[in-house]
Amino acid sequence: MKNCEYQQIDPQALPTPTPTPPPHHGSEGDKKEEPRRPRRKWEVFPGKNRFFCGGRIIVARQSGVLPLTLGLILVTSGLFFIFDCPFLVKHLTSCIPVIGGVLFVFVVITLLQTSFTDPGILPRATPDEAADIEKQIDNTGNTSYRPPPRTKEVVINQQVVKLKYCFTCKMFRPPRTSHCSLCDNCVERFDHHCPWVGNCVGKRNYRFFYTFIVSLSFLTAFIFGCVTTHLALRAQGGKGLVFALQESPGSAVELVICFFSVWSILGLSGFHTYLVSSNLTTNEDIKGSWSGKSGEDVTNPYSHRNIFINCCSVLCGPMPPSLIDRRGFLPADESAQTGGADIEVPALATKSEINVCTQGTKGLLESATLPPLLSTSCPQGKPQTAHTCPDSSPAVNSDPSPELSVSCGARHAASSPGDASPSRHSKACSKKSKRAALHIPNPAFDIPVSPTSPDAASFAPLH
Amino acid sequence: MAETHSLQDMRQQAAIAAKVFLQRDYTNGTVCQFQTKFPSELETRIDKQQFEETVRTLNNLYAEAEKLGSQSYIEGCLACLTAYTIFLCMETHYEKVLKKIAKYIQEQNDKIYAPRGLLLTDPIERGLRVIEVTIFEDRSLTR
Repeated sequence: MKNCEYQQIDPQALPTPTPTPPPHHGSEGDKKEEPRRPRRKWEVFPGKNRFFCGGRIIVARQSGVLPLTLGLILVTSGLFFIFDCPFLVKHLTSCIPVIGGVLFVFVVITLLQTSFTDPGILPRATPDEAADIEKQIDNTGNTSYRPPPRTKEVVINQQVVKLKYCFTCKMFRPPRTSHCSLCDNCVERFDHHCPWVGNCVGKRNYRFFYTFIVSLSFLTAFIFGCVTTHLALRAQGGKGLVFALQESPGSAVELVICFFSVWSILGLSGFHTYLVSSNLTTNEDIKGSWSGKSGEDVTNPYSHRNIFINCCSVLCGPMPPSLIDRRGFLPADESAQTGGADIEVPALATKSEINVCTQGTKGLLESATLPPLLSTSCPQGKPQTAHTCPDSSPAVNSDPSPELSVSCGARHAASSPGDASPSRHSKACSKKSKRAALHIPNPAFDIPVSPTSPDAASFAPLH
Repeated sequence: MAETHSLQDMRQQAAIAAKVFLQRDYTNGTVCQFQTKFPSELETRIDKQQFEETVRTLNNLYAEAEKLGSQSYIEGCLACLTAYTIFLCMETHYEKVLKKIAKYIQEQNDKIYAPRGLLLTDPIERGLRVIEVTIFEDRSLTR
């Protein structure tokens, strides 16, 4: 590096600005000086999601009308506490703001949890897995130019269930899993994509969603009742409703909001209570998977045949873990740093253990071999060529791998129709039709395959 | 039978020959269970009984994680009463069992699979879809 007096620094002589920390490991002297910040898996997540707080918070690409939902709840509750509570505390009881406060806290916390929790996203298959599945499919002996139907049948509790192959995620979807085209992910126990919370509702956040709508219906009914009581008390003594409204204008706003929302929210809670008690998802109910409309004797194979057990298993069952490991570190960076020198491998592996994985055995072995995740970020490269990958990946932020670029390209192409549908939903939904909107969440979810497959249209009749 | 190899030897001659994937078994519903069918690629490397024992133990551990019992109900009800905020501070039963599974797999790899040139990948790293068994090329045997 050229030594310059600081008054005479020529900008053209400056090298590419990179922070160079003091070298920690002597063995890294022959490698790049530029420190490679270990990247986390959320930074290269292939789905259409956005991450905050270092990957701790996950939301869908389009937040839908979540700000509107939150705003309505905050405004209505705020007006309630400001305009109605003082009067009611004076004339009735001081329990009212306490109950209101508890319900409000419940509603906001569960709403945020529903919106920010991973709904049960299934990570996409690694290239090795995808190749293994493809191999099996081709061996079915179909020699025509059209690929064989990509469904697999399994028998679950004496019911035949068809598992569909997901072209985007390159795997056979587990039962009750569906691919959300808005989020471009396969979600386990997919219920629906809710624009009001700005996220999919699936296995991991269904209990938050249910608690949210139940507590919201209680809150809305409670506020409605309190406002009506408040206005009735004010209008006593022949003063009239108009006088009461003039005294407390905030109550008028609350009355309108609550009157129009309480019916739809109560209806929605009732519908989801029915779903919970029969262990169904909105997706299955709308498609009529288990209602026997085809004339056959079909029953829900997942139901425990007991309302109480169904409710407990859906709402109080064990909380499954997030499968996408958002905050895990990408092993690609470690492999890039180890380069080709085998002698260096054990020293680096032990020192960088925490960055790769917690299993010592696997860490040693995988640092010498090509980890599966590395092959998704770089073209099928040996460790020697891995140097090129980190150079290209920062430049191509949303398209980290050539293999994924096909689906990425198609995703971007498909995003315009995908974008149109939720905006159409949010415009069409007024408070009155909120229930209808939630029941018909996303017409695209019926299509089990992504637009990357040319055979997408041909598989529609399969279901 | 192959002579046992230390992990150091494995690392120096490690080259992946093949990967075998054990898929999920959905006959009991959506609970996490893996097929116990012995893959033919492993016939020369490991005893069938041994392998099936490993998979069966893993299946039992996953069943324990997802068991609907009094403990899970109490945990669920308590979580509901606190608006699910306890999930932020407490480790769930499922996560505890996952740690047990990770330890079991590591132990099996160290004792049984690595000496035979095999490596089991924890299914959680593959989204609980498959058990990936990596078969390493065993160069010393070919000499």
